[in-house]
Amino acid sequence: MKFTLSWLKEHLATDASIDAIVETMTMTGLEVEGVENAGEKLKAFTVARIISAAKHPNADKLQVCQVETALGNLEIVCGAPNARAGLVTAFAPIGTTIPGSGITLEARPVRGVVSNGMLCSGAELELDTDADGILELDAALKVGTPLAEALGLNDPVIDIEVTPNRPDWLGVAGIARDLAAAGVGKQTTKPVLPVPGRYPSPQKVATEAPQACPMFVGRLIRGVKNGPSPAWLQQRLRAIGQKPISALVDITNLITHDRARPLHVYDASKLSGVVRARMGREGESFKALNGNVYTVTPAMCVIADDERVLGLGGVIGGEYSGVSETTTDILVECALFDPTLIHQTGRALTLTTDAQYRFARGVDSGFVAPGIELATRLILELCGGEPSEIMIAGEEPAPPKSITFDPDRVRQLAGIDVKAPRVRAVLKDLGFEVSGEGQSSKNFIVQPPSWRRDIEGPADLVEEVARIEGYDKMPVLAPPRAPGFRPPPASVGESRTRLARRAAAALGYNEAITWSFCSRAQALAFGGGAEEMLVANPIASDLDCMRPSALPQLLAAAQRNADRGFDDARLFEAGPAYANTSDGGQQRTLAAVWRARPPRHWRAAPQPDIFDVKRDVLTVLEALGAPVASLQTASDAPAHWRPGRTGALKLGPKVIAYYGEIHPRALKAIGVEAPALAFEIFLDALPAPRAKGRSKPPLEKLDLQPLTRDFAFIVDDGAPAADVVRAAFGADKQLITDVNLFDVYRGERMQPGKKSLAIEVTLQPREKTLTDADIEAVSAKIVSAVMKATGGTLRG
Amino acid sequence: MTANIDLQALQTDLLARVAAASDEASLEALRVEALGKQGSISALMKNLGSMSPDERKTFGAGLNVLKDKVTEAIVTKKAVMAEAALDRQLQSEAVDVTLPPVRPRLGTIHPVSQVMEELAAIFGEMGFSVEEGPDIETDFNNFTALNFPPNHPARETHDTFFLDAKGEDGARKVLRTHTSPVQVRTMLKQKPPIRMICMGRTFRKDSDATHTPMFHQIEGLVIDESTSMADLKSVLIAAIKAYFEVDDVRLRFRPHHFPFTEPSAEVDVGCDRSGGQIKIGAGDDWLEILGSGMVHPNVLRNCGIDPDKYQGYAFGMGIDRLAMLKYGMPDLRDFFAADTRWLKHYGFSPFLLPGLAQGVG
Repeated sequence: MKFTLSWLKEHLATDASIDAIVETMTMTGLEVEGVENAGEKLKAFTVARIISAAKHPNADKLQVCQVETALGNLEIVCGAPNARAGLVTAFAPIGTTIPGSGITLEARPVRGVVSNGMLCSGAELELDTDADGILELDAALKVGTPLAEALGLNDPVIDIEVTPNRPDWLGVAGIARDLAAAGVGKQTTKPVLPVPGRYPSPQKVATEAPQACPMFVGRLIRGVKNGPSPAWLQQRLRAIGQKPISALVDITNLITHDRARPLHVYDASKLSGVVRARMGREGESFKALNGNVYTVTPAMCVIADDERVLGLGGVIGGEYSGVSETTTDILVECALFDPTLIHQTGRALTLTTDAQYRFARGVDSGFVAPGIELATRLILELCGGEPSEIMIAGEEPAPPKSITFDPDRVRQLAGIDVKAPRVRAVLKDLGFEVSGEGQSSKNFIVQPPSWRRDIEGPADLVEEVARIEGYDKMPVLAPPRAPGFRPPPASVGESRTRLARRAAAALGYNEAITWSFCSRAQALAFGGGAEEMLVANPIASDLDCMRPSALPQLLAAAQRNADRGFDDARLFEAGPAYANTSDGGQQRTLAAVWRARPPRHWRAAPQPDIFDVKRDVLTVLEALGAPVASLQTASDAPAHWRPGRTGALKLGPKVIAYYGEIHPRALKAIGVEAPALAFEIFLDALPAPRAKGRSKPPLEKLDLQPLTRDFAFIVDDGAPAADVVRAAFGADKQLITDVNLFDVYRGERMQPGKKSLAIEVTLQPREKTLTDADIEAVSAKIVSAVMKATGGTLRG
Repeated sequence: MTANIDLQALQTDLLARVAAASDEASLEALRVEALGKQGSISALMKNLGSMSPDERKTFGAGLNVLKDKVTEAIVTKKAVMAEAALDRQLQSEAVDVTLPPVRPRLGTIHPVSQVMEELAAIFGEMGFSVEEGPDIETDFNNFTALNFPPNHPARETHDTFFLDAKGEDGARKVLRTHTSPVQVRTMLKQKPPIRMICMGRTFRKDSDATHTPMFHQIEGLVIDESTSMADLKSVLIAAIKAYFEVDDVRLRFRPHHFPFTEPSAEVDVGCDRSGGQIKIGAGDDWLEILGSGMVHPNVLRNCGIDPDKYQGYAFGMGIDRLAMLKYGMPDLRDFFAADTRWLKHYGFSPFLLPGLAQGVG
């Protein structure tokens, strides 16, 4: 919404500066997007008159002019063909920077003649694109008048963002009301006086859709003369970016912006029968004033006569019945439309007009008849004509409900101590009626004005008073610190995420945050992509599906880094994975990828592989306090993991994490070129921490030294090492405290299909030193347990 | 006398030879020659027996002195030689200490995560607990319960992403456009007093240097019987000062409209924009950083809380924006591009834990 300062002053008597007005608007809730003052850049320019113009002695295309300026009579060299004696034009003194060229004027000879300033074209002043000649101004202007003033540009244009609750701010009069209430000046909006009708209208109006159009007021005016509107009206509209069309149309646009009251004018000669608001019918369409043809639906409210659809009520008029230069008789429409319906119509047709914008937010139901009277007055003034009586179809909706209001609520809710009489005064200034105050100030009965349908209850009234009093009056109190013990503010899940994140970063991974959505192709390649996970209106076609895992985004990011020449990404993300759209379908995960390059180091270092990510995943889990020793390792995993090079860490049936290599097929599907190591931890699958005391059991410090014994077993090549370790561990739970698998051997000294696994078993004597016989006995138990579990044999 | 002369000469000779010994082997040979069972000094010792008591006394004493001196010289020389040998050995085992080690990489924490933990520390200190909610929300929780009536223009300001899947309310599910649905969830499951924050991902269909289709918000909610907008103002001033770690932060509360609060306020923070960078705390410019207000009675009612008995405030802030303002990242889109150069440059050490004891930032 744009308006000029001078327009505001039509409704507000004030001496306040533009800065003070803007500040007050800001602090009462009117967000000022910008203030543009076209006159500002023309400050140095003034009106001058050419006394004489003579040919330059040394140049064919130049003239030497004697000019009457604000600085006295000066000699100025000018190249414009229209420079001539008597011309009133724009003058720039030495030292001025010309907006169009950026050149600062200096007193320099031009072909031997010193020019003491410059006469300017529209293009040089950035007023228009005319560079062919200097400005030709009104000859009656006084020399020395500031150019901005002479051009009517000395009028700041204020651009505001109006919140949807305040449709009354979509008219200048409504803005003036709030500014007056806030103490900036006195509202001077003139009351609208009715224009008596001279005859009953032969043109009938009706509303056949009382929900969509509760009230339709019309008036016939005969014998108007339409043409260009006067200069003041054209300038007012141009200043706010509106194009003047004709007097009749300009009047409706003026009232739209002045009073937030859209109107429409029909050429009465085009109408046949009753003009009525009704719902649209299937198959109907019309050509609108913007040249587009719109097909209407039964969900839209149209204005139609007996023959045709004339326009969309509250949205846009039709070309057929529009007014033109030859129009003599007109029907003026001033109606009310249902905001929701207008909003939906605008959305359905992707059509926003000044009328649609206002009706969708709600137009003052108390300003329907006054609106048509105001329009009538202006039409008679500018176009002449003879008005009929007004016709009212439907009825004015009931005013907003009154509210019982305890003025102390302002203090209770907003924290500002405003006394009851001041509360009453503020509300009255804003157009509310306040009654019932009497002795008991607890019982205000407040009647909101018809233009404030956003006011529903006491909280709204508190806001009105608080914003006019000023939010800066809210006191600053000591911020509270809750006394006593408080449970930790973070949830278990959040705490886990924090620990996991820092553990992963400590292991060399950089934390990334990637989109929650990915492409459906990516989702499908990683076990997701179900219909229900699709975004109906994605921002880009490759972000059209909720991700089943952060892995595809991380892998793609690692590839992007590689494409930039950084092919060693180690990325992780502690973020959501979406299994379905239910509340529980969002899982907390930590996913990590590693584009491991063959290490190049002067000390030989092995190529990172699955066992490096296994180390990392176990380290992160240990940092989380997960029962790492109780995890079982399985080799089954979803299809995007590489078979044979992926492990699943489980606690019972629950998968805690996967680690290993991503399946080449999945990588190919998402356009990733190099193999990648990865792991993914499902943080919500971890067991809940046990709610027991913080105290730990005493440390068991045994005096007897532990001892170790080595064993090697020959087992089938496919046998998992974990089976050997687990069996050895289980051979004597009292004595055996550690089993360390330290060698895997396949080769010539081994039968084909077999391998040797060597373990070091730690024995911790508890009560007495172990005798050779004791050690023999436990060794035998270990050998037999391993042989039984694996079918292997002790290596001789 | 002859013996005395012999001893002096012998001592000079032996000490000279000890000094001249070039390695441990020749020194050992010399020791055997002089002090060994068959050695020259031992031979003289054996001769003592054949001397007169007087002779034995003087010669014996001289001989002992000689023996001690030679022994000491040899021991000393041995020690010097051992030292030198160790020196030589160490010298020979020297490495090039300038060679690079195999070094584990240290990763980084994303600035958004770091800032979230900073905020949790700040609000945790002021007694706020942390609540959570899902990213895929019902229309009811995201809009209707928050007093956005169906088809209200205010909904359009949110540029909502929709899923085809429908919620229990029969409306299409949405990607939450703000963290405010967590207010609804919290009020529906918990009776006042409520004092919580919530942080997380939010989504709007928007993309430029300061808007991304996914971003992060922090939400605050306090509901009890007497909390006023002055309490809101006070908590926000304290929180913003703690976050930016400056004491002279100016905040400006400006009336605004949000469907879910009444009265509502937008909050600007004082800043300086000269020099192309925004500096919080100095200067006389303003920057909008958050929306807030007193929870709308309709919202309380929709969440089963009696608005005649309870009241309170809510606020919401963009976390990414807060991170940009404090740590100087110029473009929001970089936050989610996973460019390792950016992550390493703007990321934080995993050992830098935000907390009020050690400083939040």
